[in-house]
Amino acid sequence: MSLRRTAATRRNTGLLALAVATVVFILPFLFIFLTAVKTKQEAALLLFTWPEQWQLWQNLVDVVKTRNYMLLLAYFNSTVITAGAVALLVIFGAMVGYVLQRRPSGWNRLIYACVLIGLMVPPAVVPTIWVLQGLNLFKTIHGMILIQVAYGLAFSVLLYRGFISTIPRDLDEAAVIDGAKPWQVFFKVILPLLKPVTVTLVVVQSIAIFNDFTNPLYYLPGKDNVTVQLTLFNFQSQFQSQFNLLFMNILLVTIPPLLVFVFFNRQIVAGMTAGAVKG
Amino acid sequence: MKTKREETKKMKTIRLSAALATAIAVCAGMAQAEVTLSVTIDGNQDTINMMDALTAAYTAANPDVTFEIENRPGGAEGDNLVKTRLATGEAGDILQYNSGSLFQALNPAEQLADLSDIQSNVIDSFKPVVTAPDGTVRGVPFGSAMGGGIYYNKKIYAELGLSVPKTWDEFMANNEKIKAAGKVAVAQTYGDTWSSQLFVLADFYNVQAAEPGFAADYTANKAKYATSPAAMAGFQHLEDVFKAGYLNEDFGVAKFDDGVRMVATGEAAHYPMLTFALGNIKQNFPDNVNDVGFFAQPGPDAAKNGLTVWMPSALYVPASSENQDAAKAFLAFVASVEGCNIMIEANGATGPFLIKDCALPADVPASVADMLPYFQSEGMTAPALEFLSPIKGPALEQITVEVGSGIRPAAEAAALYDQDVEKQAKQLGLPNW
Amino acid sequence: MASRRRSTYPYWFVLPAAVVFVTLFLVPTVASFWFSMTRWDLFKAEFIGWDNYRQFFKEPFLIQGLVNTLIYAVLTSATKTVLGLLLAVLLTSGLWMQGFLRSVVFFPVLVSTIGVGITFAALMHPTKGVINLALGYLGIDGPAWLSDPALALYSVALIDIWKGVGLATLIYIAGLAAISPEYYEASRIDGATRWQQFWRVTVPLVRPATVTVVTLSLIGGLRSFDIIWATTKGGPGFASDVLASVIYKQYQAGFYGLATAGNVILFLLIAAIILPLTWWFNKREVDL
Repeated sequence: MSLRRTAATRRNTGLLALAVATVVFILPFLFIFLTAVKTKQEAALLLFTWPEQWQLWQNLVDVVKTRNYMLLLAYFNSTVITAGAVALLVIFGAMVGYVLQRRPSGWNRLIYACVLIGLMVPPAVVPTIWVLQGLNLFKTIHGMILIQVAYGLAFSVLLYRGFISTIPRDLDEAAVIDGAKPWQVFFKVILPLLKPVTVTLVVVQSIAIFNDFTNPLYYLPGKDNVTVQLTLFNFQSQFQSQFNLLFMNILLVTIPPLLVFVFFNRQIVAGMTAGAVKG
Repeated sequence: MKTKREETKKMKTIRLSAALATAIAVCAGMAQAEVTLSVTIDGNQDTINMMDALTAAYTAANPDVTFEIENRPGGAEGDNLVKTRLATGEAGDILQYNSGSLFQALNPAEQLADLSDIQSNVIDSFKPVVTAPDGTVRGVPFGSAMGGGIYYNKKIYAELGLSVPKTWDEFMANNEKIKAAGKVAVAQTYGDTWSSQLFVLADFYNVQAAEPGFAADYTANKAKYATSPAAMAGFQHLEDVFKAGYLNEDFGVAKFDDGVRMVATGEAAHYPMLTFALGNIKQNFPDNVNDVGFFAQPGPDAAKNGLTVWMPSALYVPASSENQDAAKAFLAFVASVEGCNIMIEANGATGPFLIKDCALPADVPASVADMLPYFQSEGMTAPALEFLSPIKGPALEQITVEVGSGIRPAAEAAALYDQDVEKQAKQLGLPNW
Repeated sequence: MASRRRSTYPYWFVLPAAVVFVTLFLVPTVASFWFSMTRWDLFKAEFIGWDNYRQFFKEPFLIQGLVNTLIYAVLTSATKTVLGLLLAVLLTSGLWMQGFLRSVVFFPVLVSTIGVGITFAALMHPTKGVINLALGYLGIDGPAWLSDPALALYSVALIDIWKGVGLATLIYIAGLAAISPEYYEASRIDGATRWQQFWRVTVPLVRPATVTVVTLSLIGGLRSFDIIWATTKGGPGFASDVLASVIYKQYQAGFYGLATAGNVILFLLIAAIILPLTWWFNKREVDL
């Protein structure tokens, strides 16, 4: 009896939670979607109504075609930047976290201070541009990748350090006894074990980098270097009175992070479980 | 030996002719080399239309010159981007940007190329607003001069039997009647904060009429908004309009586009704005173009009614450009009668152009026809303060939003703005501050 | 043994990361300290000593911005922590459609700040917005969420919470999963109610996750700029200005030295709050 009641209570709580979540979290998305498929005139009213006339395909084509298929180029650039930066963040972050956790020494304080500074200090734009220019990295995709790495490192190190503490030291020592070199220990033994937290990092950082708009605005000027958030920004003035296209654009640029999320959904929590909680 | 000498001679000839050929090829190449000029412009529809038309016409006449046009954000974000790019030598070949005080903040003498030799068609009144401190002219006008004043809906005026006000009191009396008729008297759009400044900035003709020396004294740290009754009036107008309840209900979040819509379609009777709004009316409300009229912001005295004028933005060539000659050739084209006519064709007549002998077509929209008489008689216009003084406080638009939303009384706001102005002057390193 | 351990964890592992971090972050940051002492228009910098710091402290809205920053940071951080924990408990209790709900709560994290800003500006529109229309049906006269000076900051905080609570929930879900079921078993045998279990088992044992959520969201809240800029730009007037937006406005106005000085001040403020907090958290951890 009590069991059945628990089941019923759970069901009801579930329904209630679902209802609240729908209103709070899904309605705004529905609003984005519905506005994105309306006609210009209907969208301009910004009302939460069912579209009188569906224009999904036409709006989509209009947005994609805007300024000579700028959006497609932006997808390409953003994907390259995100993939490159996240790959480096995983490797670099894990390496630092590994040494930081395994080898306590005076240097750790310094590294830790750097991590905190990295989390807290807002970047200085113009001096950074000068450095990039000096290295011939300004206005280049790989320069942008390195910037994202520099800005994201602190968070990755923090995440990895926490997780590595859960991997027993015996594992590294066994590998060393088997004759493995340090880099082999790290890449062949440790890094594969870090997969859960790596997934978490990949999701969180790729969303952040893909959605970043301020940094590309400064460090990656030029029409050929456009990124997805900049299309949104650029089109905002152009689409000022065309809310349907503006919202269609929002919808389109949200799809890649959504795919990443759906793809890694199940594994994220596992990564968080072991990683972040120890931070 | 002989053969050798001959050979050497032969070689020399060959070398010489080769060098000559190269030289010729280089020269010819200079004339014909394909150049792609990178152009940075703001994202306004008018700007895009004009630049597209100009570049298309120029490439048609000069197939070796092509353009790559990039849109930058507008407003303060755009200011920031332009400065960052100039300072880092990444501003491309042609730059469209404001004239007047914002132009002065670019450090034009070092950052922009001297364009003094392509000014023959430019009307003299424009040159000072793009002249660097060293006296050289650094830009050519892009677009038409604008008036700052009040758009009004002619249908509402006709319906209620109102006439165009010549004094502020008449304006407020009109508003009262419009409100009594159950309509929105004044549209305000503080969602675009910059639009909140109009009552203050467009009042400058009246300020100058009352205190002819204001601009100079203000720059010299002698005149203040808080202590000059004439300068205070703009802030007071903002407060009065709010307190009287003349505004649209969503004034706090409405955008420029909403304001244009309201005055064009008769949702509101007045919208204080710069006359470039006409481009927007034409694009979004083509049927209502002639329902909208325009008048200068009225002051205390009907006998001294005149218009505050904004100079158009200008095109510049960054000093770091590698294609300065080609860029200057294009700018010379923009500053010609032909270029001017292309701009008129692209956007229609929005106001007087700053190019000599560039006549507007006879059938201009009603609001332009309302504006032109001010330009045609002496003393009926005054440039906005930002074209007379390098100092414009950056927080004005927040302060005017406060006054216009009843958050801060006008007197306090004027004093606060004086502080803001002081900060700007100090950062500019001006004498006397 | 010691020598072998040293070679197992060589310092060159830190090198690639250090090179990128130092050249692209640390060097420009240190350079900016010098610029904070100059009148700097990007084209030339003139040394003026501490004038920028003095000017910044004279900024009329600095105090209000400071207060707003603290309100905003504490409010968003606390709400994300509490709501995140409650949602996490709910979403690990074996609810119907639990997996789907977890995704839904995380969705807002996926949307860019600009997208969120545009969307909520529409939803919170005082006359046409869905929120006020819905309230209207209930007979409530909805406020001007983003343009009422008394409300704007809180409305933005609400949007921030909406966008960020998913991440907090995720961290908490992970933290809850790490708690061994034996603890619950034991407390149930002791006759504890669910409420008592929550306070005596869940809250203490989920503490590491709490530390992460509080630290990250507090730093995020103190530095917060994106959402404020995408919705109110600090307005109406200066009502929702926080330190970061005051600084950005100096930057926009071309007062680069002044803005840089503001950045240094913001950094010191964050350090003054976060460092003791971290120290306190770590000390408690040792005690446990």
